Formats: sequence, structure tokens, C-alpha cells
Amino acid sequence: MKRIVINEEYCLGCRLCEVHCVTAHSKSKDIIKTFKSEGFKPLTDSCIAFEKCGYTTFALQCRHCHDAPCIEACLTSAMYKDKEATVLHDKDKCVGCWMCIMVCPFGVIKPDLKNKRVASKCDLCGDRETPACVEHCPNEAIKMKK
Amino acid sequence: MKYVIVGYSVAAVNAITAIRESDKTGEITVISNEDRLYSRPLISYYLAGKLSKDKIGFTSTDFEKDMGVKVLYNTEAVKIETKSRHVEINNKKKLPYDRLLICSGGTPIKIPVDGLKDNLSGVFTFTKLADAKEIEKYIEKNKVKEAVILGGGLIGMKAAEALLGKKMKFKILDIADRLLANTFDREASAIIEEKLKENGCEFLKETTIKKVVSKAGKIEELVLSNGKKLKAKLLIMAVGVRPEVSLAKGTPIAVNRGIVVDARMETNVPGVFSAGDCAEGLEFLSGKGAVIAIWPTAAKQGKVAGHNMSGAKDVFGGSFAMNSVEILGVPSISFGITNPKEDGYEVVKKSGEGKYKKIVVKDNRLVGVILVNCIERAGIYGLLIKEKLDVLALKKELLTDDFGFLLLPTDFRKHFVTGEGTEV
Repeated sequence: MKRIVINEEYCLGCRLCEVHCVTAHSKSKDIIKTFKSEGFKPLTDSCIAFEKCGYTTFALQCRHCHDAPCIEACLTSAMYKDKEATVLHDKDKCVGCWMCIMVCPFGVIKPDLKNKRVASKCDLCGDRETPACVEHCPNEAIKMKK
Repeated sequence: MKYVIVGYSVAAVNAITAIRESDKTGEITVISNEDRLYSRPLISYYLAGKLSKDKIGFTSTDFEKDMGVKVLYNTEAVKIETKSRHVEINNKKKLPYDRLLICSGGTPIKIPVDGLKDNLSGVFTFTKLADAKEIEKYIEKNKVKEAVILGGGLIGMKAAEALLGKKMKFKILDIADRLLANTFDREASAIIEEKLKENGCEFLKETTIKKVVSKAGKIEELVLSNGKKLKAKLLIMAVGVRPEVSLAKGTPIAVNRGIVVDARMETNVPGVFSAGDCAEGLEFLSGKGAVIAIWPTAAKQGKVAGHNMSGAKDVFGGSFAMNSVEILGVPSISFGITNPKEDGYEVVKKSGEGKYKKIVVKDNRLVGVILVNCIERAGIYGLLIKEKLDVLALKKELLTDDFGFLLLPTDFRKHFVTGEGTEV
């Protein structure tokens, strides 16, 4: 089972995790094209909640809760668990009721208020062996759980 | 093991899933008085034309087959015999049970109004798909462009959302001095009232209907409590919902406002469980029983009931009121006690640029929150309420725009976000 753990002591606040998260979820998967021609923004469109206060920083993703409140609260079953127990989000089913935003205790689901649906939610980079944020974290602040 | 479930919505679905975790073969029969399984809160999206009626489900299409449940649609449960352990349905058939779950939901409250008869056309409630379909038909047939919604609570706002999607104008009446009187305060309400006005709609506070004038069985005009008259072709009654507990009445099952349950979601009658909008479970902030008629609570209670019905052990830790309402592009989320009436509460708030944040603190613990137009990371507030974190030194931080875990005490934060990836 893929799981990500974070360690704030090691986080440098470089925000590369966000840049690579957005790239991994873009069409081209190319770091230049993602931001130049696909119109993504590196610091707002990622599935990561980045926090900074003084010198302390950390980058938090969905914890893929065992008893996920977002799934319980979802009115449409847009939020669901796959066979790997990864919590995933189906944009086509989402109506933007924001129940998941209300119940996620980590505040890691981002709303797209304009298009009325959940904007981004960590999918553990299903198609990749290692999630992009883990792979590109230069200081092992974001790691795979063994 | 024979399971019978009365009512088929989110509590039932979660109970069935929970039962099947350990009991793969027990016979599960569900009694539903509807013709399909669907997500009730989505009826406003259906009426607004944002979702077709085959898109308002909330399970996979194969749910019943996968779970091996028999659902009796269009069937009414008429009587529960707790001694002989069976439920009688409307064709006189008796369904025996070893474990019974009552999750019959809520019924719209009807208030007596002069001139308001049961069969008057143009008057509707708004809690079921059938209501939405009938309203849709009526609007088309009578070319209705304007409506009146009685009640500015959650259902009233849902109806408003739906009518806005149909490009209709309406007036909302409420005896309270604000919209969403149970959760909002005047400031939060004012933001939405302003938006309504911009869209040609109106909120009439401290107003109710004194008399309904009809012609040939159709609604024509309303006489309001302030004496004014209002032309109305369509009236949506959204004064609230009460727990549907009629099945439990006259049986040994204890009923207060809702069906009284313990932490296992079992009633005082062994083998009989209840969950969802009809159940009176633990309210987290007061430590007492209360009906909390919201989707996430019904889901959780259904799950806990299902586990205990099938022999697994599970406990409902209590819940508190919370709501997410978006109207006219203004999203809002509220938690807990938002308008304390007694002493001993401290309120801090912040507003500007159409945003509003209100924090209610009691004994240095967060007990209530209103967020209007700033719902990002709202769930963390819910976590603080649940974890009873001491917020004495944090009141200012709670109001900041970039509110997050870094503003919270290190040990609390680390427990939740770092290390071995704490799960809730």
C-alpha cells in the first residue's frame, strides 16, 4: 500500500513538491509545457497544502484516511476508495457541495470555487511507481512509508 | 442472521456495507417507500437542471447486487412487532428479523395556515425527488416565473439554489431576523441577502404567511403577517423537518424527539437499531442526545449500527451540527454553536471584502465557527472542535487568512501531520 509521510524538520520550503505535483498531473507531464502552455500555476494548482510560518515549513498531502470522512460526507460518491485503499476523486461526479472541504481534518482538499468542483486532491500519483512529490523532494522531507 | 432495514438512504447504505464486512451471507432486506435509491441533497441540483435524474445516485450501480441485498421499493413499513421480531409491510406481509435498523429519515413539517388545504395545487415541500419532479412539472405547465419560499433554513436555501438555477425570482420569508437562523448570524446573513437582492430576489425577515388565497384549487395570493399581500403562483414550504419516528410510536422503543439510541446505535429494545435523521444519538458538544440531521452523521451512524448489528464492535463518538451551503457563488461552512445565547462564550470575528469569519470559544475550547466566502481548509476547525484543543492563545490565529497547522501548537500539529502519517 502506497502511503506518504512527511517530516517538517527536513522541509526546506523549496516548494519543488508542488511544481512536480502539478507537472505529474498535467497533460504533457513536461515541466516547461505544464506551466507555459497548459496554463497551470505551480503554487496553487497542486494537491499539496504548503504551509509556512517563520522558518518552519511543511507540505501536506491527503493522508488517505482508513475511515475517510470525505467519503462518508460525499453526496455523490465522487470521493471513493480504490482497491489499494487510496482515496480518489472523480471530477465528473463532483457537484461542488464542499462537504469534503468541511470534514477533511487536514484541510488538504482544495475547492475550485469557479468550476464548482474539487480542484485537486492527492491521488498518490497512481500511474507512477513513486509519487512526484516524494521523488523530487531534495531533502527527504516527503517520503514513502515503508 | 436476518437483517431488516427500514428506509433506504445514506444511513442504510453505510449500514449494509458495514454488515457485509463481516457477515457475507446474512439475509438483508430493505424497505424503501421510494422507487429508487438516490442522494436527497442532490434534488436541488436536479431541479436546477445541473444533474439528470440518473446522475443523482450515490453508490455504484451494482451496489445491491454486490452487497446481496433485497430492496422492496415502493413499500411502506406499517408496524413493528418487537416481541415476535417482525416488520409488517403494506401488503400485510410480515418480515421477520434478528436485527432491525430504523433509518426512516425525516418528514417535512406542515404548519397550519388559514386557507392552506392539503390538495391545493402550487404548494410543495422540498425534500424528495418526487417533490422536485412535481415542482418542475408545475413550473413548466403554469409558466411560473416567480415563487415564494416559506423558511430560510437549509431546505429553503436548497430550494432557492434550485430556483436560481431555473433563472426564477423568489421571495424567502422567515419568522427569524436572518437566513439560516440556526447557524448564521446577522452579518453572515447580510452577505447572502445582498447577493439575493442583486439577483432580483428578496428576503423578508420576521415575516410569515397569515392566509393563503386560492382560486379553483390553485394558489393565487398570500396575506402576510405584516398585512401585506403577495401574488404567488408557487409556494415552497420549507419550515423544517422532523424525525420520522411514527413506526416506533406505540412500541416499547424509546422515542424522545428522535429514536433514542446508545453509543452502539442500539435502541432500548435489544436487536433494534436506529441511525440518521430519525435517530437521537450523542451530540458531542453538549454530551447529550440530539437529532443531528446531516448527511455525514447519518453515514457515520449507519456504519456504526451496521458493525454492531453484525457482531463487530463499534462506537459512535458523537457529532455536532455542521453545514456547507453555497448560494449565488457565495460558499459558506459552519460548525457547532454559532449563536450562543447564554453567558460564558467568547466571540471573535473578522469581516471585509465580502468575507466573514466568526469563532465561538467556551472554556478556551473552540465550539463554533462561521466561514462565509473563505471555506478553504475549513475542516481543520472541525478537527479543533473535536480534539478540544486549548485555543486560549490562538484566537487571533484562528481568524487569519492563511490559517493552517503551522499556527497550532507543535505537539498537536506533529501528532496529526508528521511522523507516521496519522490517520483519523
